[in-house]
Amino acid sequence: MNMYEIIFYFFAFITVASASVVVFSRNIIYAAFSLLFTFFGVAGIYVLLNADFLAITQLLIYVGGILVLLLFGVMLTTNTVNIDIKSGSMNVLAAASVVAALAGLLGGVFWTSDWFVSKQMGELPAQTTSKEIGTALITTHVLPFEIASVILLVAIVGAAMMARREGIKSQIPSSK
Amino acid sequence: MQSYIPIFLMIGVSAFLGIVFLVLQRFLGPHRPNPEKLSTYESGMPPVKSARERFSVKYYMVAVLFILFDIEVIFLYPWAVNFRALGLFGYVEMILFILILLVGYLYILKKGALQWD
Repeated sequence: MNMYEIIFYFFAFITVASASVVVFSRNIIYAAFSLLFTFFGVAGIYVLLNADFLAITQLLIYVGGILVLLLFGVMLTTNTVNIDIKSGSMNVLAAASVVAALAGLLGGVFWTSDWFVSKQMGELPAQTTSKEIGTALITTHVLPFEIASVILLVAIVGAAMMARREGIKSQIPSSK
Repeated sequence: MQSYIPIFLMIGVSAFLGIVFLVLQRFLGPHRPNPEKLSTYESGMPPVKSARERFSVKYYMVAVLFILFDIEVIFLYPWAVNFRALGLFGYVEMILFILILLVGYLYILKKGALQWD
């Protein structure tokens, strides 16, 4: 077992262990916090795969943003400890078709992609994907790049609309 | 992969230091609890009620807006890495990108979404 594999199993262990805490914990605060380690472990695996841009995105967006959003969501709820996690099966047909479509999409990407496989992943020359992504984003993929900003604009406007719907004053006393 | 060694080292050292301090205080520190010490710290006052209460939904709005601008920063990052190579065209593109989002920022300012009340 070389250094690369040790580091890989380290991050894989962090990811799987904290993900199982997320699933099995009965306290949603613990679940939300251990999601932090799940995201972090996935970021580490991205780094091992030489996908440094994905790793940075994972850290900035998921650890820095989505997790904060989730924690706020937890803080907005009333019951945080000892909740019964009931999950029944409903809408089986619709769910199955959506899952099948998603699986088909992912499988299609998986089979048609030109995978870059190396025997010695650890000995790969350290190369940054951010540079190539940046070049592609500004030169060949300018339109999607600008569309992304428009989509973000739409999201901002939508969030502002939701924020200012003050017609119904919430019964919750606002805690300063 | 070599360039990540400092990061791994830093993670290792910080985790090690945190664990060492926790273990050291368990063995070295005096352990004389009383009800006063064990009560929740609330700026020296006796605690009024449980801290576990629902927060205002306004925090959530701030978090949502934060994520959106966080995503904008992610787009800046690959551009900044090869800022020189992309030249004037890339610069103008990025200005355009930021301007579109600036419209959104001005919108939420005008809308008062950043005001607390």
